[in-house]
Amino acid sequence: MEIGLIVLATMLAMLLGWLLKQSFNTTPWIAEAVEESAYQAPFNARPKLVALTTFLAVATSFFALILSAYSLRMELGDWVPMTEPSILWTNTVLLILASVVFQWTRNHAVNGNADRIKPGLLLTGALTTAFLAGQWLAWQELNASGQYLTVNPSNAFFFLLTGLHGLHILGGMYVWARATVRTFGGQEMDVVKHSVELCTIYWHFLLLVWLVLFGLMLST
Amino acid sequence: MGYVAIADRDHEVEHHDPQTFITKYIWSQDHKVIAIQYGLTAIFVGLIALGLSAMMRLQLGFPDSFSFINPENYYQFVTMHGMIMVIYLLTALFLGGFGNYLIPLMVGSRDMVFPFLNMLSYWVYLVSVIILLISFFVPGGSTGAGWTLYPPQAILPGTPGVEWGILLMLASLGVFIIAFTMGGLNYVTTVLQARCRGMTLMRMPLSVWGIFIATILGLLAFPALLVSAIMMLLDKTMATSFFMPAISSMGVDPGHTGGSPILFQHLFWFFGHPEVYIVALPAFGIVSDLLSTHARKNIFGYRMMVWAIIAIGGLSFVVWAHHMYVSGMNPYFGFFFATTTLIIAVPTALKVYNWVFTLWEGNIHLRVPMLFAIGFVFTFIHGGLTGLFLGNVTIDLPLSDTYFVVAHFHMVMGVSPVLVVFGAIYHWWPKITGRMYSEKLGKWHFWMTFLGTYSIYLPMHYLGFAGVPRRYFAMGNTDFMPASAQDLNAFITMAALFVAVTQILFFVNVIWSLRKGPKADPNPWDATTLEWQTPDTPPKHGNWGHELPECHRWAYDYSVPGYKDDFIPQNVPAEDAPVGRQHGVEEH
Repeated sequence: MEIGLIVLATMLAMLLGWLLKQSFNTTPWIAEAVEESAYQAPFNARPKLVALTTFLAVATSFFALILSAYSLRMELGDWVPMTEPSILWTNTVLLILASVVFQWTRNHAVNGNADRIKPGLLLTGALTTAFLAGQWLAWQELNASGQYLTVNPSNAFFFLLTGLHGLHILGGMYVWARATVRTFGGQEMDVVKHSVELCTIYWHFLLLVWLVLFGLMLST
Repeated sequence: MGYVAIADRDHEVEHHDPQTFITKYIWSQDHKVIAIQYGLTAIFVGLIALGLSAMMRLQLGFPDSFSFINPENYYQFVTMHGMIMVIYLLTALFLGGFGNYLIPLMVGSRDMVFPFLNMLSYWVYLVSVIILLISFFVPGGSTGAGWTLYPPQAILPGTPGVEWGILLMLASLGVFIIAFTMGGLNYVTTVLQARCRGMTLMRMPLSVWGIFIATILGLLAFPALLVSAIMMLLDKTMATSFFMPAISSMGVDPGHTGGSPILFQHLFWFFGHPEVYIVALPAFGIVSDLLSTHARKNIFGYRMMVWAIIAIGGLSFVVWAHHMYVSGMNPYFGFFFATTTLIIAVPTALKVYNWVFTLWEGNIHLRVPMLFAIGFVFTFIHGGLTGLFLGNVTIDLPLSDTYFVVAHFHMVMGVSPVLVVFGAIYHWWPKITGRMYSEKLGKWHFWMTFLGTYSIYLPMHYLGFAGVPRRYFAMGNTDFMPASAQDLNAFITMAALFVAVTQILFFVNVIWSLRKGPKADPNPWDATTLEWQTPDTPPKHGNWGHELPECHRWAYDYSVPGYKDDFIPQNVPAEDAPVGRQHGVEEH
């Protein structure tokens, strides 16, 4: 449970620390005008960004807890390390590329280069779909070689972790599809820019999660 | 910036006003309607769980007198009672119900930040409730694994509901967590982003603080339940071995290898303990506001109260293993968790002292909500004190499997939050419905519930000391138990049935109020918080008419010396508050 605890403690400490900072040196019982900054949102963020950040905290907690379970389960006697299919390396490169292209698209969106957004979105979509297809192939490969889910807890964790990560990517693809429809439907630049920005953050997050998962599975 | 984007969306009031019955009451995106939907659904399943507890009590009080209660469905009653009460009633009611209703009104916003997501949250919650209820009717019935669903027994033959019940239970929990996450993202974002002008965090009423921190706990803790539900589902359906050890079940090898049931316990309680505070923190917050309003006195130590809520929230993540002392742990591990558990008593006790100090020399109005709030302080202190016993490893070991534990957690997170739920309903009822209820009936409801629940749970402590084991369908020939223990059990059953029946008073009151209740004053309690200052009662869609309120002070300006009224609403600027001597108040 240490991993989960440390990750959660860090997140909680950041949030609760920020809340405590708001509360020191205040005299709430005195009715007086307050500065504008005192009742504004943290970091001047927009609501959707706050919601996304909150969701990322939830997802972080989720994956951290599975990793805690992974590390606890690993110590028990019946654990046999699984050999990861080599296609995962290709998939990893695909996901990194998707993230890079998304960042590139975002930068163009922020700078107002509207004509770069459409190809950027399509390219990320293609790369991410390729990643998902690659993960599916990895599953097929394992099943074909008899490395089923039930053979060993390390296999079970492999399928569980890749499956849950894949589901998160699918969720992201839904939002990506909405952003793409918006862009091609000729929505205002401001709306498009905001969705692309949020998607980019989510893609980077899922890349990071994947790198941690992949690294952990490779090393154990 | 952030707050302007949402708070100043005046134009949306006209655009989004729902017209038809369906958009107004069914597919509503209004936080107040969603709150009522959440509330009604939660109370509905809560009544089912109440019925289940009555069945349990019938068996315990009068063993073998009822042919429709056998060991299998006794365990199903126990399991479903616990699960429904903790998650589908209390969590949903406090956060989905009161959170939805109070947050936007109290922080001066027109609605939640994401109304569509909010609506979705309710409907997904309803799906989870429906899945849960279906499990009563599938072959084999609902699961009887105990509300903690410990493997291996939860998914092995011999446990009731192992065919379908457990699958539906896990699925329902997963769906509930999705619903909660959607709601939770809304509550957090609304508190952070949609506060009106002048509403700093430290001017928020404590109700909002409690709900806000509880939501954060839920968002971070529910994933642990989701993880364990998914892994158990795989163990059950795909025969993986996350939790399932190599085991022979009734002579059959289900094909599991060395998994760890203790791993499940860690994950479950990593969610399970914060869950206690997910229920308790909103109750703490609401009680603070009720006490302050009806004692006409500012809350004692507002900042301390906020810090205590934050501290309890943080600490609640490092005490989970005190539920697992009997699982056989390293003594140093137990020592660590006993220490953190006792530390959490410090901010909690601080809150209790501050409630009492708030009452001290207050101008106490013993109206119905106030009675429930004071009742809560009693039951909470009571349950909290027995927590000190159980938090210590050496005392917990002999008491862990007895009725002492049942008494403890029912006092602290059964009776106490339910008293707050009733207090809060009586307090905000005039605002929600625009009508008053019968004060007399409400007081009868309080006294019968309060004294009745004490009659149930106080004797249970003695049963616990006498060593009467919990979870048992029948006691059998146990020499160490005096025969009087059975008499006490019969008494407890009578008290439980009495309390269950007296809840009819509440529903009679509700129906009478809705049909014939006198029209309520917009601010019948002379309260300061923003929800009482709305232009309409009940508030219309968009809450504030054309102009958003502006906050000029904290929520606790009661009996401020030098002012004419004994309360100054949060939206009254300093220069506008009427000056003069209050009636019956001496200047010191």
